[in-house]
Amino acid sequence: MCLAIPGKISALHENVGVPMAKVDFGGITREACLSYVPDARVGDYVLVHVGFAISKVDEEEAARTYQYLSEMDQLSELQDGEQDGDEAHEVP
Amino acid sequence: MKYLDEYRDQRVAQKIVDEIKRTITRPWVLMEVCGGQTHSIVKYGLDCLLPEQVELVHGPGCPVCVTSLEMIDRAHAIARKPNVTFCSFGDMLRVPGSNGDLFKIKSEGGDVRVVYSPLDCLKIARANPGRQVVFFAIGFETTAPANAMSVWQARELGIQNFSVLVSHVLVPPAMTGILESPNNRVQAFLGPGHVCAISGWVEYEPIVDRYQVPIVITGFEPIDILQGVLMCIRQLEQGRAELENGYARAVQREGNPTAQSMINRVFRVCDRAWRGLGVIPMSGFCLAEEFREYDAERLFDVGHIHATEPAICMSGEILKGLKKPLDCPAFGKECSPENPLGATMVSAEGACAAYYNNGRHLISIESLAAAKG
Repeated sequence: MCLAIPGKISALHENVGVPMAKVDFGGITREACLSYVPDARVGDYVLVHVGFAISKVDEEEAARTYQYLSEMDQLSELQDGEQDGDEAHEVP
Repeated sequence: MKYLDEYRDQRVAQKIVDEIKRTITRPWVLMEVCGGQTHSIVKYGLDCLLPEQVELVHGPGCPVCVTSLEMIDRAHAIARKPNVTFCSFGDMLRVPGSNGDLFKIKSEGGDVRVVYSPLDCLKIARANPGRQVVFFAIGFETTAPANAMSVWQARELGIQNFSVLVSHVLVPPAMTGILESPNNRVQAFLGPGHVCAISGWVEYEPIVDRYQVPIVITGFEPIDILQGVLMCIRQLEQGRAELENGYARAVQREGNPTAQSMINRVFRVCDRAWRGLGVIPMSGFCLAEEFREYDAERLFDVGHIHATEPAICMSGEILKGLKKPLDCPAFGKECSPENPLGATMVSAEGACAAYYNNGRHLISIESLAAAKG
């Protein structure tokens, strides 16, 4: 039940004083309350749970982790070759 | 979809699995805390990809599953009242109480509605001023800010025909309970990513220190989960016990302070009965005194309703990681999602239902072991 889906904010508006956004989930648009991510802007990705944005997706962190994971086999080969430098290979 | 598709990439998954195989030297037992993670593990067969030395046991993190039978009976008693419109998240509708489920109440003429968001209940309340609109506010820390906001907004907007039946649960006390249990097998946790998006991980640091157990905050996609497993295995193999964040794109140490402050205004921490586990001290939220006029349990006087579970069900042991669904003689026989006997079968995110829905009851334990080989 703690499912939260990443979507891209396409528009901002207010409803009875509450900040709201239209969020696009791969072609499906739904409204989400932005009260808990007040600095989110159009174009940002947010994680939405039961109609509330709970977190802004940190795009830099996402890119960094993903790059690390997708290059893991190359890193392992390097690691097998040189037996030191573990720190640099830790998952971010 | 961005941030979903790439985290389901089979090629990357295989690289992580290979790295786990290179790292591991002996058996380890890991628990994923959250029901959403259990669902992903079984749906994508991640447990079958992992080397035999990694045993994943499934934790108590499905809020629908752990909502106590007596709270479900209280919900049903309210939903049966003629002047009530009873609103719930969809997963709760087919959870049986002592006498049927919310679908049955709906079929008998009860006004039961599924809502996507708790704020939908406020729209229903404003459109139906002659009816009492009651929302079944369940969930972990992830859902608490949304449910709190519905109560806060009801007061701000002067909506008087709205109330909430609160059965909120908290993750850290349940983890502590598991670690304290005399037969505990869990050696590391995949921490609940979306719970921590709200609460952060400060509360988890004392658990790591006190029990010397690694906790890796983990997301929900296959790559996230495999990454979490790898980070746990590295810690265990190196003899470390640390709090690490494997879900950095969504979670920060402090969590979401704006959401926490709404939770602290509307709710207070209280003892809570968990289905399958019993009462855990200070493991839930209930409404703060200031909001008692929105408390459906008080308004409809259902606090006296109590219930007992069928004795055959071993969900308590499954929720603590002591048993797995296939260990239960009733699994897939007397007990199925159509006729669930206890916590872990009542919702799709429960371990037993996840196994059943993905056909694990049709596969022999030997063939699963062979697939892992």
